[in-house]
Amino acid sequence: MNIFTSLMNTARRKSPWVFHANAGSCNGCDIEFMTCLTPRYDAEQLGIHHEGSPRHADIIVVSGPVTRTTCEALETVYGQVPDPKVVVALGSCPATCNVFAGSPTIVGPLDRVLPVDVYVPGCPPRPDAIIAGLAEAAAILAGDKPRPVHSAAQPSIADSADSEA
Amino acid sequence: MSKIPLGPFHPALEEPYKIEVTCTGETITDAEITVGFNFRGIEWLAERKNYTQGIALLERVCGICSNVHTMMFCRAVESIGAIEVPERAKYIRVVMAEAERLHSHLLWAGVACNLIGFETLFMTCFSLREQVMDVLEGISGNRVNYAMNRPGGVNRDITDPASVLAAIRTIADVTTKQLIPVLTTDPTVRARCAGVGILTREDAIAYGAVGPMARASGIDIDLRKSAPYEAYDQLSFDVPVRQEGDVFARIVIRALEILESCKLIEQAIEMMPVGPIAGGLFPTVPEGEACVRIEAPRGEVIYYMASNGTDMPARVRVRTPTFANMPTARVMALGQGLSDLALIQASIDPCYSCTDR
Ligand code: SF4
Repeated sequence: MNIFTSLMNTARRKSPWVFHANAGSCNGCDIEFMTCLTPRYDAEQLGIHHEGSPRHADIIVVSGPVTRTTCEALETVYGQVPDPKVVVALGSCPATCNVFAGSPTIVGPLDRVLPVDVYVPGCPPRPDAIIAGLAEAAAILAGDKPRPVHSAAQPSIADSADSEA
Repeated sequence: MSKIPLGPFHPALEEPYKIEVTCTGETITDAEITVGFNFRGIEWLAERKNYTQGIALLERVCGICSNVHTMMFCRAVESIGAIEVPERAKYIRVVMAEAERLHSHLLWAGVACNLIGFETLFMTCFSLREQVMDVLEGISGNRVNYAMNRPGGVNRDITDPASVLAAIRTIADVTTKQLIPVLTTDPTVRARCAGVGILTREDAIAYGAVGPMARASGIDIDLRKSAPYEAYDQLSFDVPVRQEGDVFARIVIRALEILESCKLIEQAIEMMPVGPIAGGLFPTVPEGEACVRIEAPRGEVIYYMASNGTDMPARVRVRTPTFANMPTARVMALGQGLSDLALIQASIDPCYSCTDR
């Protein structure tokens, strides 16, 4: 590892920038995510910075069960985040679709659309759990932690949703 | 003339929605909002789940006013089945509803401060909000989806009223001493908000605005007063109304409502009778239909429920306040500067996940 990569890795671990995409969530997870950045939890002490543009971000946090209408935009946003990137699934919704499972307007869970690296379970997860998830994502970014293996072939989105409707 | 599309994922937008503004120079001449990004088909799902599952489902319509939705669902069931709610449960519902209003308004005040670039106040609002979250968590065990309501009562009792009272008094104190003076007298807040995004009384009536939006435009509507439910008829409180109809008036209204909510919680805790908090087993819901409404933090919520006597509702219809308030964004934005758009939007306190369901 040359000095430049090790410098980059330190920067990635110490200062991960986060983009948050709401893929049809109920807001519960989103406000808890916002809460992380405020005085009591203060995720910024870990260098976590909430970034408004996906092009500047390292971590993309997705909440919500991925509705049909947000799916395409989500893929676009994912494409805009520069490599290396880590996807964090915030809450039960992107992990399992939660109570919305079976709805014809939902194409989730998230791993059908994007490769998910970190799951933060909970409905919604507590702010401390979210910060732990982000710290784990930062460790993956810096190469301190192995990335989970993503199963390649996922069922086609359109098939599964159409069969219900 | 230029068209600027924003969204669905945009730094200034908390939730996914699209807005396309037409501008001449910096001035907005037209604005068109597209919603539906949060459409999860909750009403469709509600017809396919039994009543117990329905409560958990409807709770997740909105993560900010989750208690409102379970309360509405339960009230609709209670109305169809003519189920009595014990007195104590009514007071607990009031405490939960008002605590939720507190956290919702503080959240909104924080977001608004963030948008006008007032970071310090944003952080103040959020640290104050944490105290409300402690109250909610202390009562229900959860920070967001409280699972407090059930048909015929509530699931948990308030076992430590003293700590709730203490927290509420601190919140009222900080609000009167810090929040309200800064919000109402600070030149930055005034410069950004006064005279911006005016919704006249006529427009508010024409568009059917509800909640703090209507009250900031001089319309005195509040279901807690005009059609009291639960224990609101036993409690005394004021409904703040302002005539200006601008963003500033909406800030003031919500700040004053924080104080009113504190007052309501204090009274409810003190007047709460002893007794059971819920009836027996989950009731069977007979055939019938019901339409119920309550005053949520953002305004009037209406639920329609039809039951065909099975264990699943035949129809659940949810109409949330943002649905009524959203179209007003267009009239408010016309003629305003582009840089004020985000603030005008936010002043509605929109909740698109409620609207889309
Ligand atoms: S996991 Fe729960 S709180 Fe989070 S978006 Fe889904 S329903 Fe809402």
